[in-house]
Amino acid sequence: MLSSVKQAGVASASPPVNPNGRWFPPPSVRDLLRAGKRRRRLAPYLLLLPSAAAIGLLLVWPAIQLVVYSFQDYGLPQVTGAAPTSWTGFANFRLVLSDPEFWSSLRISVLFALAAVPLTLAAGTLVGLLLNRLGRKMAAFVSTTALLAWAMPAVSASVIFVWLFDPDGGVVDWLLTKLPSWLGGGPRWSGFSWTNAPLPAYTVITLLVVWQGFPFIAVSVLAGLKTIPAELHEAARVDGAGAWRVFWRVTYPLLKPIFLVLLLLSVIWDFGIFTQAYIVTGELGNRDEFNLGILAYDKAFTMPPAYGVASALGVVLTVVLLVITAGYVRANVRQGAVR
Amino acid sequence: MRKLRRIALNGAGVVVALVTLFPIFWMVSTAFKPATEIYSLTPRPLPAHPTWANFASVLNGSVIGMPYWAFLRNSLVVTLSSVAVSSLVALLAAVGVARFAFRFRTTYLIMLLIVQMLPQQALVIALYLDFRRLGLLDSLTGLVLLYIAFSLPVTIWMLRNFVAAVPRGLEEAAQIDGAGPMSVFFKILLPLVAPGLVTTSVFAFIFAWNEFVFASTFLGTDQAKYTLPVYVTYFFGKGSADWGAIMAASVLFTLPVMVFFLITARRLRAGLIAGAVKG
Repeated sequence: MLSSVKQAGVASASPPVNPNGRWFPPPSVRDLLRAGKRRRRLAPYLLLLPSAAAIGLLLVWPAIQLVVYSFQDYGLPQVTGAAPTSWTGFANFRLVLSDPEFWSSLRISVLFALAAVPLTLAAGTLVGLLLNRLGRKMAAFVSTTALLAWAMPAVSASVIFVWLFDPDGGVVDWLLTKLPSWLGGGPRWSGFSWTNAPLPAYTVITLLVVWQGFPFIAVSVLAGLKTIPAELHEAARVDGAGAWRVFWRVTYPLLKPIFLVLLLLSVIWDFGIFTQAYIVTGELGNRDEFNLGILAYDKAFTMPPAYGVASALGVVLTVVLLVITAGYVRANVRQGAVR
Repeated sequence: MRKLRRIALNGAGVVVALVTLFPIFWMVSTAFKPATEIYSLTPRPLPAHPTWANFASVLNGSVIGMPYWAFLRNSLVVTLSSVAVSSLVALLAAVGVARFAFRFRTTYLIMLLIVQMLPQQALVIALYLDFRRLGLLDSLTGLVLLYIAFSLPVTIWMLRNFVAAVPRGLEEAAQIDGAGPMSVFFKILLPLVAPGLVTTSVFAFIFAWNEFVFASTFLGTDQAKYTLPVYVTYFFGKGSADWGAIMAASVLFTLPVMVFFLITARRLRAGLIAGAVKG
């Protein structure tokens, strides 16, 4: 009987014993192979069945339905059964494209990603480079605190940031009033509301996303840096290259695949940002602060619901994300991750 | 010169750590402040007269009408059951993907990568209509099903590396010794993959514990079913911003994740890299 892994290696020398402790004739090699072959043919499909069923039913099927609904007239009467659903062709999409709210939300999603992605990547990379040069204990300390921010639930983080930037008693407004005027501080910040207009609101969301997003980038970049032989950096430095040049001429080219994956992931996450934006902008409170995801959500869950239009918006959002995902998948395949 | 550089680097490290910790520190500090200090015109970093009052009002439910424990129970039920099931299902799939060559293997792996990127806020529309039809709205069972499915792509992707790292020879040796597939799985593979299972469970745990979009949409009308994230924002959305209570609730909601996380931080860091950056 096998009691530990270590025994398994040596046990083959002694005659096999079955779990009941009785002797039995060893099966012929051919028997083993035949039984094994049949089992091996079916086994992978059986093993994948539960996960494929769960993913298929709760991720793939809703995605398909979303596309179907986007071509239908689907609202409250259809949900309650008062009226049948009918196909309306591209009507929902035409409605979306002619809606100024769609364009403003798309603009916000794009601009936000354009601001948050480079900032997160830059902050994360700088911290990653720093971690690589710190002593072991210090590096462990800094990366642990950073990962605490990463592990912070999006809901808590958002609520905390709303409080930090609160006009009545928030610490940020107070700090800004204390700042000398040549640094942009002054009494005009007293009671400044950050959530009343899109630009300040998304400034808060950007800071929040950078705060929560940089640790992941830093840890990933650090892992990449560990694979670069130290001699390469030393050689470049001996040749008189400064830190800036060493990064762009040595580090960046070597870590390019990692940076590509991190860039694509960040774009996907930030373009599709929902929970943080939803909470900071006041839970559907300010229509001019909607991004694409929030607008889709609002169409579906604010009375009266317009599931068809919401689905059309959801399809637009999903298509944009899937186009970026295609790049992500390609990068993974190239790196040999899909072996 | 070298010493100076050392000091500058460590200084930068301390600054990064302090800036990172500040929001968390401010949450804890606010939770212990009495109202007069919270809304004071000159906020101080530490409470001058620390109080448990904010925690008390959250724990005994005087703010929302229901005690914290009720929501903690909901969150624990949903999180633990979805983690248990999804770990098992992910392990099966990971073994299938890492140990067998079959026709749709690559297709399946690429499907996992794509499906992981589908936006929750779009799928929630179709899922809401489905759940409504199936009577799964306002039900914790519905959430458990969703959390299982939505954590699977990442957990399978991560676990397959741990399974692939177990030398195949061990299993073959056991098989030749007459061990059936079940005992090979339970006696050889499972003990060796256990550390990986811990790492992926932490991910599944954090996902389910933190999840907000589904919970707030599907539990909308039944307060008694709220999980902690919905509870925290419920408070927060009610106009009368009682920041002391909100921060105390946030602390109580965040604390379990942080503790859980710190215990497994070292492993997690390795898993984070294995899971998302390189297959």
